[in-house]
Amino acid sequence: MFAPNSEAELAQAIGAAYAAAEPVWVHGQGSKAQSMRSVQAARSLSTRNLSGIELYSPKELIFSAQSGTKVSEIEAMLAANDQHMIAETPDFSALLGSTAPQTLGGVVAAGLSGPRRISLGATRDHVMGVRAVNGLGETIRSGGRVLKNVTGLDICKLLTGSHGTLAVMSEITMKVLPAPERRATVAIAGLDPVRAVAALAAALGSPYAVSAAAYLPAQAAARVPAVAWLQGSVTLARIEDFTPSVAYRADRLRSDLAAFGVAEILDDAASRALWAAVRDAQPLAAAPDDAIWRVSVRPSAGPRVVAALEAAFGAAGFLDWGGGLVWVAGPATDAAHAAVMAAALREGGTWQLLRGPDALRNAVAVIPPEPDAMARISARVKLAFDPKSILNPGRMRAGL
Amino acid sequence: MAHGRGKRLSRWGWEVIVQHEPKPGVLARRDAIIAGLRRLLPEDNVIGDALRLKPYETDGLSAYRQIPLAVALPETTEQVAAVMAYCHREGVRVVPRGAGTSLSGGALPLEDAVVLGLMKMSRILEIDYADRLAVVQAGVTNIGITNAVSANEFFYAPDPSSQLACMIGGNVMMNSGGAHCLRYGVTANNLLGLKLVTVEGEILEIGGAYCDAAGYDWLGLITGSEGQLAIVTEVTVRILRSPEGQRAMLAAFDSIPVAGACVDAIISSGIIPVALEFMDKPCIHACEDFAHAGYPLDAEAMLIIEVEGSVVEQDDLLSRIREICAQFNPISMKVSQSAEESLAIWKGRKGAFGAVGRISPDYLCMDGTIPTSRLPEVLGRITEMSHECGLGVANVFHAGDGNLHPLIMFDANDPESFRKAEKFGGDILKLCVDVGGCLTGEHGVGVEKRDLMTYQFNPIELNQQRRVKSAFDPQWLLNPSKVFPLEDTTPPAMAAE
Repeated sequence: MFAPNSEAELAQAIGAAYAAAEPVWVHGQGSKAQSMRSVQAARSLSTRNLSGIELYSPKELIFSAQSGTKVSEIEAMLAANDQHMIAETPDFSALLGSTAPQTLGGVVAAGLSGPRRISLGATRDHVMGVRAVNGLGETIRSGGRVLKNVTGLDICKLLTGSHGTLAVMSEITMKVLPAPERRATVAIAGLDPVRAVAALAAALGSPYAVSAAAYLPAQAAARVPAVAWLQGSVTLARIEDFTPSVAYRADRLRSDLAAFGVAEILDDAASRALWAAVRDAQPLAAAPDDAIWRVSVRPSAGPRVVAALEAAFGAAGFLDWGGGLVWVAGPATDAAHAAVMAAALREGGTWQLLRGPDALRNAVAVIPPEPDAMARISARVKLAFDPKSILNPGRMRAGL
Repeated sequence: MAHGRGKRLSRWGWEVIVQHEPKPGVLARRDAIIAGLRRLLPEDNVIGDALRLKPYETDGLSAYRQIPLAVALPETTEQVAAVMAYCHREGVRVVPRGAGTSLSGGALPLEDAVVLGLMKMSRILEIDYADRLAVVQAGVTNIGITNAVSANEFFYAPDPSSQLACMIGGNVMMNSGGAHCLRYGVTANNLLGLKLVTVEGEILEIGGAYCDAAGYDWLGLITGSEGQLAIVTEVTVRILRSPEGQRAMLAAFDSIPVAGACVDAIISSGIIPVALEFMDKPCIHACEDFAHAGYPLDAEAMLIIEVEGSVVEQDDLLSRIREICAQFNPISMKVSQSAEESLAIWKGRKGAFGAVGRISPDYLCMDGTIPTSRLPEVLGRITEMSHECGLGVANVFHAGDGNLHPLIMFDANDPESFRKAEKFGGDILKLCVDVGGCLTGEHGVGVEKRDLMTYQFNPIELNQQRRVKSAFDPQWLLNPSKVFPLEDTTPPAMAAE
């Protein structure tokens, strides 16, 4: 495994792999190596030594860091200035059996977003600029360090979530926001999924700027101390802002949702613990050998996906993003995966097999295949960045 | 501008912009192509006669004009697909067009191109309040979406100044912004899905009624691609519940750096106002003459700051902001006491371009973005440049995100004045890049800033973008002569295939 110490070394290493036409397994610390499809490659390259914060301007709401910088280091720096990463970066290390720290490049390349995605956007919405090395070993920049920029094609968004298959990011600039002064969560116990998602829709459709909305069935809620005491399923809506606003809005929301049941208001500390757990999928009751899927559908369809997968293989699960993100755990079998795909397709949604044994992940579509016309464009775009297909070949889809 | 080849356009008798050389074969087959299009669309939806082509010769950047070969006005995605397949087969270039409000010449025709106008695709297909989305055709106006959902107290957030006229398809293509981006983001942040037609005429759906499609982020790439990659026919947008209320305040200062420092202090305090607009003295005067909004005429710089929420929340935020402003010795502060007063405050800002149009025969509106920490220095330099070239400039911009809109005043009847204005504008944009910003924050590159792209991107980076275009449009039939510097627009081959 080679870990370049500079962008120039990175470019040199990719250039050498290009010349030799040898595939490269590109990764950061490898915390997500057990996700997506495995890469068969002669070479292995880690960005872990490309570490360091290059710029932090709190009043401009922006930071730049090398791609191997640990997310924990960035979060600590931001927290010291009462700011935070907007999309609430999840950490699935525990789910994926990894103890490695996450890197900035890793979470951006994987395009991961947490509960705040439903209100303030995904990681891709906050990547303002990248420096990267393409499959030719060329260094390219896209975007920049300003919050509004439409100059040229948005390569930043294309690289975000591309799992290192187009280019290897060396530096990333992201927008940040002030961390809220206070958080509170309106929690209603005992709803079924359909009723719960209706309550979440009412919350997200209220004028109170709900920043996260999730539903934990009883089994999932029992795994989270902050809500286990409510004894049963919980329907959760978070408000975060200045203290007077939070008090006012939580109170209003509680009365607006009275038709759904009596609501408790969880305080700042309980809210922090609760949403960190939801972010990292801790409520998911997955056995060690279970596969784990994330299914994304329109929020009102979430309960139907849950019901279909419970019927198909007794799936355990919970809902985030107002019902639109369905977390599912179940047996790591082709049949279970087929049921997940069918449930997602029936609702016009999408899926990701987040965890599963190599054999399953390499045999099935871990993310949806594309229609022919789109797949042809995908293949051409891949070649536009990586003409010899050396960067993480097959990581997202067979042959791509 | 030095170009080795291409066609020169002229409005006032001198050369202004260079486009791709028309394809002689296409020009020669003009009548046959129009007849071919008429077989695909209703009779009235294909325009070939000179008189009816005239309105399509330009867009919001009216300095540049070119009558197109023909105009096609499809009414359905299938008709768009048929037109695209036909043009692809015939090797005909296509220029997509929404309402034609582009300020960068994004919809400027070519002599041998079919303008594909999407304004007849103006239906709202679905509104879902529970899932907070609307599916609309590309020709629905920006304000049309908000109007369709406002009775239920929802709105569509991006609000470009042209929102009464501009269409969502164009907003997607240019990734339009607006005054409230600081809080709600730009177009890209408010989309869920698109229906597209490829250059070959195939219909594709990307994203949908859900968040975060797996795979490459086509939604992110297509948004802001200025018609270079595909035609957008339907858009799924997020709609948001309106806040309980909003209120604006004015704060006026006797120097630009002090006003800039105040902006920094507000953001640093943890407050993100929904809007934070900055005007300099010339702009304040122009707007006040026009709108009578009670703007302070003795100020060198003025901020419009808007907050939202309940009345209690507005009071809390405005009192925090007043306290911060007070530390910067404001000449005056005025907090709106009613919805009417807030509207009056915004009337001046929203009419700023028109107001400058009243005091100058013509103006160029620039659109660079800079890191906000460089604001005083950049505005100071722009003032110096204004003195150097003898043209007036008024500045109005989105201060929270550093997106500048210098309005350069000139006289279009004087060729020398226009040349100076173009150079002044180019110099401002180069300055934006020099301080770590970019050429365009929300108007797009279009033809206007095409030749400055080499100032922001090196050849390797431009080639990377060009190869992405080629992956979608191998023959470069889609919206040619925009975005990429002309001398570089030979379709690049894939490096190895």
